[in-house]
Amino acid sequence: MADYEVPKLNGEGYIDIPKIKPDAMAGKGPFVAKPDFQKALNFPTDFAADPEGGYELVPDWKERALAKMDDLRHRYRSLQLYLDICVKCGACTDKCHYYLGTQDPKNMPVARQDLMRKVYRRYFTFAGKHFPKLVGAVDLTEAVIDDWYNYYHQCSQCRRCSVYCPYGIDTAEVSMAAREILDHIGRGSKYNNEIIGKVFKVGNNLGLPQPALADTLEGLEEDVEADTGIKVRFPLDEEGAEVLLVTPSADFFAEPHVDGLMGYAKVFHEAGISWTLSSYASEGANFGMFIGSYENMRRIALRIREAAIKLKVKRIVFGECGHAWRVAYSFLNTLAGPFDFLDPKYPVPQHILEVTWGLIQEGKLVIDKSQNDDKVLTFHDSCNVARGSRMGDKPGGQFEYPRNVIKAVCNHFVDMPADTIHDATYCCGGGGGLLTDDLMELRVKGAQPRMEALKYVTEQQGVTHMAAICAICKSQFTKVIPYYGFKMDQIVSVHQLVSKALVLQRPVSVQARPDEDDDDDEDDNDDA
Amino acid sequence: MTFVSILYGLLFWVATLVLVVGVGRRIYFYTQISVPLKIPTTPAPVTQSGVVWRMFREVVFFQSLFRANKYIWLFAFIFHMALWLVLLRHTRYFMEIGAFLGFLQPFGKYASFAMVFGLAGLLARRILVDRVRYISAPSDFLMLALLIGIGLSGMMMTFVAHTDITMVKGFFRGLMTFDFHPLPASPILLVHLLLVAILMLVFPISKLLHAPGVFFSPTRNQVDNPREKRHVSSWALELEKKNQIYRDEVKNG
Ligand code: HEM
Ligand code: HEM
Ligand code: SF4
Ligand code: SF4
Repeated sequence: MADYEVPKLNGEGYIDIPKIKPDAMAGKGPFVAKPDFQKALNFPTDFAADPEGGYELVPDWKERALAKMDDLRHRYRSLQLYLDICVKCGACTDKCHYYLGTQDPKNMPVARQDLMRKVYRRYFTFAGKHFPKLVGAVDLTEAVIDDWYNYYHQCSQCRRCSVYCPYGIDTAEVSMAAREILDHIGRGSKYNNEIIGKVFKVGNNLGLPQPALADTLEGLEEDVEADTGIKVRFPLDEEGAEVLLVTPSADFFAEPHVDGLMGYAKVFHEAGISWTLSSYASEGANFGMFIGSYENMRRIALRIREAAIKLKVKRIVFGECGHAWRVAYSFLNTLAGPFDFLDPKYPVPQHILEVTWGLIQEGKLVIDKSQNDDKVLTFHDSCNVARGSRMGDKPGGQFEYPRNVIKAVCNHFVDMPADTIHDATYCCGGGGGLLTDDLMELRVKGAQPRMEALKYVTEQQGVTHMAAICAICKSQFTKVIPYYGFKMDQIVSVHQLVSKALVLQRPVSVQARPDEDDDDDEDDNDDA
Repeated sequence: MTFVSILYGLLFWVATLVLVVGVGRRIYFYTQISVPLKIPTTPAPVTQSGVVWRMFREVVFFQSLFRANKYIWLFAFIFHMALWLVLLRHTRYFMEIGAFLGFLQPFGKYASFAMVFGLAGLLARRILVDRVRYISAPSDFLMLALLIGIGLSGMMMTFVAHTDITMVKGFFRGLMTFDFHPLPASPILLVHLLLVAILMLVFPISKLLHAPGVFFSPTRNQVDNPREKRHVSSWALELEKKNQIYRDEVKNG
């Protein structure tokens, strides 16, 4: 199946800490973005293709890289502090799924930080300027840039290392800064930057324009009607709806994502909450975070604000997506707030699970759990939800809400081993802007720790399906679990389970189209 | 006054100045750098007092380290707690000690064993565990060697070759009040003090900054309330005010 060895699972649920294998993942890194892609993101474009099929660096790349590093360390305390205070205790060395899966020592979080720290020390600290050998400082050379490009694209910014570091040193902060520097010297990643360009141009990562989106949604309405006999609406650009739903664009067509989207639609339908998608902000994910670019991240986030204003909604709700939820929960208010024009009764933004769990608690949804009796579920905590966000008003709600909802719609649920769930969860292996085919080996190997845990509950407790609440997790797992002997359809969306168990009671949508033959006039008010 | 006493007097003045000014400036620097985004490692406290409690657990119990690795935690905890006891006992060279510090004296004395034991454990890990060896620079070994050197030379004085404590106290109080007294002529004391001075000199330019630094770590000191309270950094606010997306647009007018 592949030209590298797929790791063998030991069946114990945990990975034994491997011995280091230097340069196990040495390489060129993902495809480099061409100047055109860089331009759309306001990054320098003064670099050209080289004869070997790659790209040269910009002129004066060294000075420009150092200038950017200097700029960033004066604007991000995290970066400056974390470069200074690591004591090399080694507590984080065995915490990264990429180290566990690849054995490359440069994938140990502290070693990953060191790639930049060594250069920082050389140019910006007394010890590194005068005694480089003593403190392990190195000159910034092209080889160092190559290492940066390669290994900072082997970090999914999952923050598992920051949980265990005694100072909370977050390698994600360093790899984001590194990518921002690289973007300024002609080393952007094609995958990320091309996608961001599509958001600016079309509105979503897939480059799905309004008519195609409208078509897709209509198709979904027909599917649900064929299935349930009820016209559940999937509204697009409907002004005056109560809720603006922002969801990762994978929800519009990929499996099992789209089953989740049907779940959201049914929940809104049942609760009588009018809602709409926006074609202008038809993307929940914000890849600006992956490349550490505050400016581009904000530019993407502002689209959501504009859509909310234009569509005159009262609330913003996000669909199932891990990184999207981190940016939404933790950053949206910062980037695109204040949201004082929305209904103050609701937090801005809300997660769809907060909506659904709230409705379940209020008894507003009729549920037939037996619909999911063919499955034994486990739940994969997405890294960015687990360690970079919250649901509800208590710390740790991000672990409870999805589990509560799953348990409310399924009879059989078990958790994976304790060191692999909640804030100790492992990244799926494809997060942080690495979900691209040119990084397949990394993705397969990086999934190993999660696969060990899944195999364990499969064998010990008969688990048949793993639910996830992130578009990247879902895409990554469906692609990668076959390498480990599982089947693609063992990955499900949480709202797919909701969709299955929800018994629709409301015959006509509160957003039924006026031209449709509905006899219920009071429900039309919303759109008037 | 001997030449050595004068030299050491100057050395400690300089070392104290470097330590205080250096660390002070570094702390000031950290306070001046913005934190543009909310990045607490969640689950995180939702109130300021919750953050204080989280930080307390980190600084006093090394909570995250405990979750990460029991060996490192054990050695680190033993070393740091013993270090505090030893330092508390050392107050007697600088001031009149009250009942509490007096009570701590014997603890500080025997804590020295624990301190050196903890340091030795950390050093052993650094040499024996391939992952930790890989990430270690010479300075990381030297830092441990330096502290072990300080510990052992101190213990030599406490348990083997006593020195004249009253004279040591006279010397240091003299440095503080500009009323100079000589140091006792003890080679071990001179070694101890030289190593201590080196420690003070490198403190502000080394990883020892972790001690003040931990309090500034945004993943640990931020309140988890982004939806309730808007958090914006000064440079981001400037973008907002000028209605710009990119910072270079702002700079270029
Ligand atoms: C607020 C005060 C402090 C806190 C919370 C703190 C915490 C820690 C922690 C959690 C570690 C990592 C575990 C380890 O490797 O030992 C560490 C390492 C270390 N600390 Fe501290 N520390 C503090 C003050 C100090 C001071 C005052 C010194 C200086 C004498 C010091 C010297 C060291 C050294 C040398 C290491 C590295 C040990 C190694 O090489 O493995 N610490 N500290
Ligand atoms: C200006 C600063 C310092 C002075 C004047 C000083 C002086 C001394 C003296 C005179 C003793 C012998 C005590 C006795 O005979 O009973 C001693 C012991 C010791 N010193 Fe220091 N020292 C200083 C700083 C330090 C530092 C920073 C450390 C640790 C990092 C340290 C660690 C020790 C230890 C472990 C002992 C042995 C145990 C004890 O008696 O407390 N010293 N020191
Ligand atoms: S953030 Fe995640 S992927 Fe990156 S170094 Fe830390 S543990 Fe590894
Ligand atoms: S756990 Fe933190 S302090 Fe220790 S080596 Fe890793 S990053 Fe450095």
